Amino acid sequence: MTTHDEGQLVTREPAEVPERFENPGLPDHRLRMADVDEAAAKRAERQVAALFGISALGSIITAVAYFAVKLDHDLAFVDYLDRLQLSNFLLGIGLFMALFGIGAGAIHWAKTLMPDDELIEYRHLQRGTDAERAEAVRILAEGGEESGVARRPLLRNSLIGALALVPLPALYLLRDTGPLPGKQLSTTLWKEGVRLVRDPEGGPVKATDMTIGSIVHIMPEGIDEVEHAIDERAKAAVLLLRLEPKDLAEESKDGAYNGIIAYSKICTHVGCPVALYEQQTHHLLCPCHQSTFDVTKNCKVIFGPAKRPLPQLAITVDAEGYLVAKSGFKEAVGPSFWERG
Amino acid sequence: MSTTSKVAGSVANWTDERVGASKLVRGLARKLFPDHWSFMLGEIALYSFIVLLLSGTFLTFFYIPSVGETTYNGVYAPLNGTRVSEAYASTVRLSFDVRGGLLLRQIHHWSALIFVASIIVHMFRVFFTGAFRKPREINWLIGSTLALLALFEGFLGYSLPDDLLSGNGLRIASGIILAIPVVGSYVSFFAFGGQFPGEAFIPRIYTIHVLLLPAIFLALITVHIGLVFLQKHSHYPGPGKTNDNVVGYPFFPVYTAKAGGFFFIVFGVTALMSAVFTINPIWAYGPYDPSPISAGAQPDWYMGFLDGAVRLVPGFLELHFWGYTLSLNIALPALILPGILTTVLFLYPWIEAWATGDRREHHLLDRPRNNPTRVGIGVMALTFYSLLLISGGNDIVATHLRMSINDITNTLRASVIILPPLAFMVAKRIALGLQRKDREKVLHGRETSRIFRTEDGEVFELHEPLTPHARWTLVQHDAYRPFEPEPDEDDSGVRRPGARLDRIRRRLSRFYFEDRVEPVTPTELAAAHHAHVEAHGEHEAVEHAEAQPELTGGQH
Repeated sequence: MTTHDEGQLVTREPAEVPERFENPGLPDHRLRMADVDEAAAKRAERQVAALFGISALGSIITAVAYFAVKLDHDLAFVDYLDRLQLSNFLLGIGLFMALFGIGAGAIHWAKTLMPDDELIEYRHLQRGTDAERAEAVRILAEGGEESGVARRPLLRNSLIGALALVPLPALYLLRDTGPLPGKQLSTTLWKEGVRLVRDPEGGPVKATDMTIGSIVHIMPEGIDEVEHAIDERAKAAVLLLRLEPKDLAEESKDGAYNGIIAYSKICTHVGCPVALYEQQTHHLLCPCHQSTFDVTKNCKVIFGPAKRPLPQLAITVDAEGYLVAKSGFKEAVGPSFWERG
Repeated sequence: MSTTSKVAGSVANWTDERVGASKLVRGLARKLFPDHWSFMLGEIALYSFIVLLLSGTFLTFFYIPSVGETTYNGVYAPLNGTRVSEAYASTVRLSFDVRGGLLLRQIHHWSALIFVASIIVHMFRVFFTGAFRKPREINWLIGSTLALLALFEGFLGYSLPDDLLSGNGLRIASGIILAIPVVGSYVSFFAFGGQFPGEAFIPRIYTIHVLLLPAIFLALITVHIGLVFLQKHSHYPGPGKTNDNVVGYPFFPVYTAKAGGFFFIVFGVTALMSAVFTINPIWAYGPYDPSPISAGAQPDWYMGFLDGAVRLVPGFLELHFWGYTLSLNIALPALILPGILTTVLFLYPWIEAWATGDRREHHLLDRPRNNPTRVGIGVMALTFYSLLLISGGNDIVATHLRMSINDITNTLRASVIILPPLAFMVAKRIALGLQRKDREKVLHGRETSRIFRTEDGEVFELHEPLTPHARWTLVQHDAYRPFEPEPDEDDSGVRRPGARLDRIRRRLSRFYFEDRVEPVTPTELAAAHHAHVEAHGEHEAVEHAEAQPELTGGQH
């Protein structure tokens, strides 16, 4: 081992070399300015007080902002927004100053004026001593003996049985949190003859209104009048598009009318609305996970995490020329589930 | 005696006579805590939690947890006449009509983000420094549970306003629940009280968000911090610090001021962020409706990795057989993957302990480099996580870089498989390299930038040997060696019980400790000096002539 004493390289005999280095112990404590200079300590004290002063100022700013900046409903909308922004800003800045001042002051106080000698505390093994452990074992054994749990197996076994059963109510009490799914995941409000209406503005769609390349968001007529309308909307949303009839896939033409074609808008992946349409490529894109469906291939998935195509809603026109459903959906719309098939 | 100390004295007496407070003060007030910036990460999480409780309580005074339909008529003109839920309308009113409402809402949301972020960074600190080792495994489990619950709590919280963005998030959640094999549709109907979205979900998650989970948090955090007190805080290696002591400052007054002050700073900075940065402007998103959606929809950042995983897994994994559907494309990233990650996370302390076979208590933290394989594993996890997080914003990446979303997704699909192992190797090598640098420094001293040329024309740089204090940090650690089991069979050819398990353990142990750089021993340092003196003996003369007693020549 070599050590350095006053620049002399002292080489000791190998016999003295320990296997590992030894912990040299805490470095010398260095005094801070405030420890040696009373003026510096005074200065630190004033700085801490100033930070606490900033906090008090912040609290006052908060009070002023709360009472002076009125959220007056008579203001014009744009002015109201400005006022709200001002209120939010002043309240927030005031709160920031009020809190930060206290925090910074306390920390500055601790760092400059409280003792900064590093102290040492010794640790003890977490485990008890052997005597303590033996005592604990003895107490538990004695208690166990007193309870008679080992001597009376009937008590033990019946208790285990009772404890095994007691969580059951927690399970069946949850049964009424909801009805069984039944057919609800597989049905929508669409059926033969239901008119397609625009969403959200309402109003039926004439086949002649649909220009090539257009896309319309559709709901079944009367959906807002039914019970639990929002649940029905979550299943019945439809996209109506018009393409050149020659662009449509052969198997989709039966349910289309003159190049006008309708697909479920609910993604077959996890159910987001497939709302982005790329007119040039005829691709529908789900903005949640980017499943891409090709309308010219009967909405087959051409990219992304979905597996199944968007179900087609067969449509035709009624006597007045409005678009109606030819039938309901032939399969469940939306995300997959186990018993969907 | 001043009036203040008289009052303080009588209060102290009153308390002591009733609860024996003097014993508590003796035990706790002078308890030492070590100082290090990285110990403040967990503090940030704790303080954010308090900020969340305070701000959240304020929000409950105005928020209505109901999806009952109402027509919004208020100061936010663009929404006037819109049919919205009570939850949404009350959140808009809370933001626009209540003085300070917007501020408190933004404080609540910002501190939720800070809460989760600080927990995760805190976990990485604990991981890389080996703070999870015996006796702190319980706190690793509690902390991991808190981290998972924090993600869940955050998700429930931002779903409460019933706005378009969070509503689509719930739609995704319902889709994931539906993907649970066999019982998915039943679980979904029980959770939502029927079809999605239904009317039951918002009030239910409200109770869970404001009552159940905060109570669990409070209990777990209490135990978490109680254990820190009980076991005494771990500390970084350094001169004077040992496995048997704790070097630091007393809880009172130093940490009362520092930690108490830090609470105010965390709260204050959250207030500042909320004063100047808008977050979650639900009025701009609009109320939830299952049909519309906005492009570039993003969950809060901490759900991003899960969403990213769901984006990456291709659709062909959805299987159809015997009239049933198994959506592995959803179950794999959203249910199975989190399950595996969580299991590994919870078991990690025991995996590593099995490899080291070390049963001792560890109160001295590792410098991360001194366990290169652990560094590799951590960086691998971080890489995997980051890639999933990026995948959660693959559409944003695509629009910003003007690249094809398909190319980006395919690249990310390959990356999540290829890059994490690469990151493991690179990080492990970097850690080993840092260890070698430490050795180099100990053996040959610090470079001084002082170049000398001898009369023979040899050029060398002076190296300054480390002081024992500076050296200690670099040489104090133990290097584990791989576990070598006894032979499988004894002399008479009888197989030893447990031999197979030992072989697995040997493989694991080799994985950890095959590549290692051991700390310099005094013998090695002495040998290095001998070699140096033999090679450059004459340099000593130079030094001494230069009157630089603390300098010696380096050997290159």
